[in-house]
Amino acid sequence: MTAPLLESSGLHLRFGAVRALDGVAIDIWPGEVVAIVGESGSGKSTLLRVLAGQIDADAGSVLYRDTDGVTQDIPALSEAGRRSLMRSEWGFVHQNARDGLRMGISAGGNIGERLMSAGGRHYGRIRAEAADWMARVEMDPDRIDETPRNFSGGMQQRLQIARCLVTQPRLVFMDEPTGGLDVSVQAKLLDLIRGLVAKLGLAVLFVTHDIAAARLLAHRIVVMRHGRIVEEGLADRVLDDPQHEYTQLLVASVLAA
Amino acid sequence: MNAIPPLNRPDAAYNFAYLDEATKRMIRRAILKALAIPGHQIPFGAREMPLPYGWGTGGIQVTAAILGPRDVLKVIDQGADDTTNAVSIRRFFARVADVQTTTRTADASIIQTRHRIPERALTEGQVMVFQVPMPEPLFKLEPRLAETRRLHALGDYSLAQVKLYEDIAKQGESGSSYAHPVMVGGRYLMSPSPIPGFDNPKLHNSPAIMLFGAGREKKIYAVPPYTTVESLDFDDHPFKPVRAPQRCTACGSTTSYLDEIIADDQGGRMFVCSDTDHCAENQGI
Repeated sequence: MTAPLLESSGLHLRFGAVRALDGVAIDIWPGEVVAIVGESGSGKSTLLRVLAGQIDADAGSVLYRDTDGVTQDIPALSEAGRRSLMRSEWGFVHQNARDGLRMGISAGGNIGERLMSAGGRHYGRIRAEAADWMARVEMDPDRIDETPRNFSGGMQQRLQIARCLVTQPRLVFMDEPTGGLDVSVQAKLLDLIRGLVAKLGLAVLFVTHDIAAARLLAHRIVVMRHGRIVEEGLADRVLDDPQHEYTQLLVASVLAA
Repeated sequence: MNAIPPLNRPDAAYNFAYLDEATKRMIRRAILKALAIPGHQIPFGAREMPLPYGWGTGGIQVTAAILGPRDVLKVIDQGADDTTNAVSIRRFFARVADVQTTTRTADASIIQTRHRIPERALTEGQVMVFQVPMPEPLFKLEPRLAETRRLHALGDYSLAQVKLYEDIAKQGESGSSYAHPVMVGGRYLMSPSPIPGFDNPKLHNSPAIMLFGAGREKKIYAVPPYTTVESLDFDDHPFKPVRAPQRCTACGSTTSYLDEIIADDQGGRMFVCSDTDHCAENQGI
């Protein structure tokens, strides 16, 4: 833990009159799980996409330190460079599994695609690794030749996670990974993500509006509102002793069963 | 017998090889560019030709652009020199360019083809012209042409590899018996046009020039002589050229690519060489 994996500062982005990002700075350290919470329209997904190099901010810097210790300037990086990062050192888990999976391709093909784009040319090994990863995300490896259409929402999300992690990324972006799933499936998925993250030592930046999910997964929580970070700190501190009035409102509005 | 005799004779009303000189120059520029970037698709301003799309409008324009008065032209369709399209195109160039035509692979300097590469090994100085219906090897996998261009630029061909993975997972082998995609010069993924996989190895390090013309899609691409052309495969599932495991009924060849011909209504069948010139040569005709 000598230096942050990802460093960003002074991020500004406007959509017309709306300030989606208004002077945001955030660092992510190796092996750290950071949750960005906030209401809809607070700019959290936009921040995730800017950090992942999917959209460009109007101003600000995003620096990523890669495996070789070289600092990559994400906004200045070519598309080829971004894509190569995205398929080797990074992963992106979408809220909707359909955005992250190829629905017409078998589960094995979906997981194997990342291995193949990283240069894997051995069918047997790709298949074995895909089956192994299906087991690791608690899916039945016998269903390796079925397409994601046959799977439930929770299973599709597991498959998407397996597809992301197969190339052993260092930093994974997750956009509402448990959104749209029912509560028991959410709980299982969160449990799985927590286990994998701990075992693999991944750095994870995830966006959620679910305070419970943030408490369960995150080491650190960043609260956003109107494109600004209003509060950040260790997860328990932010949730148990919220300082900013908006955070207090957020924490107070969690429904207790 | 001479139903339309004038068509066989040179017709002075046309410019040499039908196209005007400016058009030929434009096509030649595209060809030179294609040869300089092996396997990369070059757009060109394809013209209306006096035959329908899908019958070889791309090939015929490439042939017209490279044809010289001393060339000897051979045209094959499905390996045969005597099918309608092959005969028509040969006669077309005899009429508008007054060039010598042949059915013998060995004698030809330009061979326009659909679906086959001749069995006889090509030599330096020969030019193959392929008629290509769909030049984009990724088109069934990625419907957006802008995105396929981006994938080519980035050299990201994992999609094609995934398709191959799916074929092997589902049926134990590659699903494309023709137009099996190839990597040219280790850089560009290319559709070899609808030739059978059996012919793919003939593209590899060939001494002949391979030119591909797609008229409707308005693209030209090329494989220069002695360029590596590797069929897409997996290390543990190497590409296998397939031929029917029979002998040619006419010449007895056990190595040439065969066509299956239904002989009667009782399920009788026979196999003959698809390359008619090769078969005739084997029979000493």
